[in-house]
Amino acid sequence: MDYCLDDEHKTMRDLARRVAEEKIIPARAELDEKEEFPWQLMKELADSDMFRVFIPEEYDGLSGRTLDLCLVIEEISRACGSIAITYAASALGALPIIFFGSEEMKRKYLPGIASGQRLGAFALTEAGAGSDPSNIKTTAVRNGEGYQISGTKQFITNGGEAEVYTLVAMTDATKGSRGATAFVMEKDTPGFSFGKKEKKMGIRSSSTRELVFRDCPVPSEDVVGREGQGFIIAIRTLDRSRPGVASQALGIAQGAMEAAVDYSRQRVQYGHPVSSFQSIQHMIANMAIDIEAARSLVYTVARSMDNGDKNFAEPAAMAKVFASDMAMRVTNDAIQILGGVGYMRDYPVEKMMRDAKITQIYEGTNQVLRNNIALEVLKRKALRE
Amino acid sequence: MNVFICMKQVPETPSVEIQEQSGTVVRGKGKPVINPSDLYALEEGVRLKEAHGCRVSVITMGPPEAEESLREALALGIDQAYLLCDSQFDGSDTLATAYVLSRAVHKIGEPGTIICGRQSTDGSTGQVAAQLAQWLDMPFAALVNRIEEVSEDRIKLRRLDDEGYRTVEMSLPGVISVVKEINEPRLPSLRGLMQSKKAKIPVWTAADLKVDPARIGSKGSPTRISSAFFPDRTRQAELLQGAPASQVDQLIDRLRSAGAI
Repeated sequence: MDYCLDDEHKTMRDLARRVAEEKIIPARAELDEKEEFPWQLMKELADSDMFRVFIPEEYDGLSGRTLDLCLVIEEISRACGSIAITYAASALGALPIIFFGSEEMKRKYLPGIASGQRLGAFALTEAGAGSDPSNIKTTAVRNGEGYQISGTKQFITNGGEAEVYTLVAMTDATKGSRGATAFVMEKDTPGFSFGKKEKKMGIRSSSTRELVFRDCPVPSEDVVGREGQGFIIAIRTLDRSRPGVASQALGIAQGAMEAAVDYSRQRVQYGHPVSSFQSIQHMIANMAIDIEAARSLVYTVARSMDNGDKNFAEPAAMAKVFASDMAMRVTNDAIQILGGVGYMRDYPVEKMMRDAKITQIYEGTNQVLRNNIALEVLKRKALRE
Repeated sequence: MNVFICMKQVPETPSVEIQEQSGTVVRGKGKPVINPSDLYALEEGVRLKEAHGCRVSVITMGPPEAEESLREALALGIDQAYLLCDSQFDGSDTLATAYVLSRAVHKIGEPGTIICGRQSTDGSTGQVAAQLAQWLDMPFAALVNRIEEVSEDRIKLRRLDDEGYRTVEMSLPGVISVVKEINEPRLPSLRGLMQSKKAKIPVWTAADLKVDPARIGSKGSPTRISSAFFPDRTRQAELLQGAPASQVDQLIDRLRSAGAI
């Protein structure tokens, strides 16, 4: 389908596809098996300027458009969902700085992230604050010119590998969600350490770790936005990043369908390739319909964000929910089409299913996002009455 | 120092077709790409730029569509591209092509190191680099697999030999042809791709290059291809019977009669 992509969109997508096919596909199985952080591939992505895609031109980036980032994430995910999230988590860490940071903060942090020399990360989740981020316990106490941060963040993508962390801590617990503040913290801050690396079902080459803060000093200029805005910054950041998760799911599904179609044409049973059987053809058709529907939704949301639409939270959530549920269906069917070999780790589709699962969980579980979507629908109805 | 890369646009290998009568490769069929061997020359040029601050130019003789491949080369980090394009160049063999390239080198001026790929995937003669050196009256080193040292007027190289490699020193300006062992070509960068789309690529005709009309095109090309064909790849399999020792005897007999041993 023609999505009316402009030349820049196509240039970014095509180069991302080249990097994915030439560099990522040959390495993905071993990185998954060894649960090894993909530094070499991060360097390849940096050399091809992929980290500049989500940074505006004024800060050594090349675009900053949501659709460009979505296209790149989709192409990388088509090869490997784990490499894609390692890349996309850097974008997630940079988003609060891009949209809420001071000019000085942008000049200080964004060029390093754009060059790929420094990875970013975003830290909101805690043991007691997942779907309910208002329950965060990490504190930031005013101390002369700055703050001292203490507490523990959990399940942080790029933890231990990233250099620049955007995090949310309570500056005034008595004010509830209005008492949260967002900060940027660098990896070498005194008192900042990392817990163990989590062992995961999928996205295994990515790093997921605890961040431990013990009286970490942060200067006032590293406050993102203003004191008390932390919660809204976190919510708006995730609203903005959800099309990226949707693109990750979309790319994984695309890769799974391609693997299933290729296999179905080669595998002969009863004297015919299994692709000639109607039961297989209908599975392929359902995959194709599902994927194209998700792509239409993701690209449309991304484009409306790039056009300056302010009401993107609901459609962005829809795109994330739809694409991630779709990716689970498609990867599940892809394994079914490959049959026994699909279940084996020698073939890529079982990994795709493991990688797809997380997209239903992180950056807002699909259940919480459905709550939010329903609330918006009901609110609109109530306003009309 | 000025580094020149001579590059050719060729049809992607799986889609090559040969014109029966002339024995030449049919153009316009198959996706045009940078000759794979020239990617190593381009990479080596970019590395010389990064290590020594050389100014690197790429020259292609070819149809207007070759501009696309020149832009790809620019995206890799090459500073300047030149397209040599004129219907009078049509039908040029390696000698005439090398002559036209030599005229472009003169026109740009002050050559230092001129790097060519080992050979093209379409013609596969591997002659242009040597003939270019001859036209330019410069020294030539073929099959280079490492540039060890380079200065303004000398270059130290390692080149493949029948039984290994040898290290040679050559005065500059000079021409080298490189083999794929010399480096691993990089992918383009996004910034490079975006800038390359805006780059101005001069197109030079026969008149611009002040070439001798008798030395270009079919007229200037002494090469005649007597025939060209795809190799016959049919295979025959035969299963030997009997005890292992007797099978070995039969095998030796057959290899002897086929002249293989």
